[in-house]
Amino acid sequence: MKNHVLRPLYVALALVGFILFVRKLLVPVDFGIYERGYMYGWHRKSNEAEWKGVRIKYKTDKGCRDCHRDKYEEISKSGHSIISCENCHGPRYEHPKDPPGLTVDRSRGLCVRCHAHIPYMTGGRGDIPGIDPEKHYPQAECVMCHLSHNPKPMNQKREARS
Amino acid sequence: MINRRQFCKRAIIAVGGLMLPLAALEIFDPRTLQAEKETGNKTRWGFLVDTRKCVGCGFCVKACKIENEVPYDANVTRTWVERYVVTRDGKTYIDSPKGARDGFTSPKIDQNHHGMHEIPPQEVTKAFFVPKLCNQCENPPCVQVCPVGATYQTEDGVVLIDRTWCIGCGYCIMGCPYSVRFFHPVHHVAEKCNFCYHRISQGMKTACVDACPFGARSVGNLKDPDDPVTRIIMTERVSVLKEEYGTKPQVFYLGLSKEVK
Ligand code: SF4
Ligand code: SF4
Repeated sequence: MKNHVLRPLYVALALVGFILFVRKLLVPVDFGIYERGYMYGWHRKSNEAEWKGVRIKYKTDKGCRDCHRDKYEEISKSGHSIISCENCHGPRYEHPKDPPGLTVDRSRGLCVRCHAHIPYMTGGRGDIPGIDPEKHYPQAECVMCHLSHNPKPMNQKREARS
Repeated sequence: MINRRQFCKRAIIAVGGLMLPLAALEIFDPRTLQAEKETGNKTRWGFLVDTRKCVGCGFCVKACKIENEVPYDANVTRTWVERYVVTRDGKTYIDSPKGARDGFTSPKIDQNHHGMHEIPPQEVTKAFFVPKLCNQCENPPCVQVCPVGATYQTEDGVVLIDRTWCIGCGYCIMGCPYSVRFFHPVHHVAEKCNFCYHRISQGMKTACVDACPFGARSVGNLKDPDDPVTRIIMTERVSVLKEEYGTKPQVFYLGLSKEVK
């Protein structure tokens, strides 16, 4: 065949080769089709391990009981026993190693999540003892009077009762 | 010269060739087939939401944002809780202020630019809360539309996003019928709930399940017939969201109402 036919062909082949080479460089080796097949399975396999390796912050109540037995038992007898310690005390991380002390949320905002009265009878919300946050001591923090670990209606702090 | 017979013949061959799917040119590899058979995979994660138990406290949303490092003050969340209030005149009011990160603390309904809407209690016929999260669909459209293979489904059914591979085109955000996906404000890639993959793969529950005081949420292995979640899904009257889309969601709801979209 004549040269003027072959030359562009070489150029085209070189281009294809170059693209394949770049692709080889850029695409990770473990990128491929895995268990979920052609339609849903394309991915870089090592990404699964990356997601599994995310740091766990909320460690659940299990570890709390060992050191804070008294607190744990007090709460387990109260209506607040259903609430995880970490919901108010913050995620445990590696406590007591790191952080040594947790940041406790004593804010009014935390209590009114459940105790702002919303009269819906379809679910359980209407049955929770509640207040109108705009009328019930709007300037005060709930914990000034109420004991969050043992919140029976009249079980308030002594100074609040007097 | 080409005659009519030849022309027809060639045309048919050409059309037939054009119609060959790309997949047909793939070289058959027996290893793939074997892998498909061998995946005697024993796990398929699924989720159960009992809307009758949810009180709209939003502890789940708060825990999720912290556990999964979604910036706390940005108005995006991996899971959120919606409130539905149906009134006597047949209207439905829906809101989810900040995704319910701080819970529902007022009977007033947030109607965006129309302000806060107050409904007198005697006008309410039913009112309830519906937690939402990624459905880890069996046929995830978000995965199909990804042009680079950055989002994918694992063997145990969880849809994940490869942050280093995502180009941020946003197709998946448009493709998810449940509006579950958003852009991560820090990483600038697509983001969504992944059932706390780092927790469930270590035998823990998701952060939202652990945070919910009322037991409205649970996660389980749908391939294990003895799993309490699987038991409920198999034996009770559960429903899924937007079934007509054919996505086969794996988040099941107890006590869903027709108003929920
Ligand atoms: S719910 Fe949306 S983001 Fe989740 S798997 Fe289904 S389509 Fe994808
Ligand atoms: S923590 Fe439970 S009860 Fe509270 S909003 Fe979330 S799902 Fe509902």
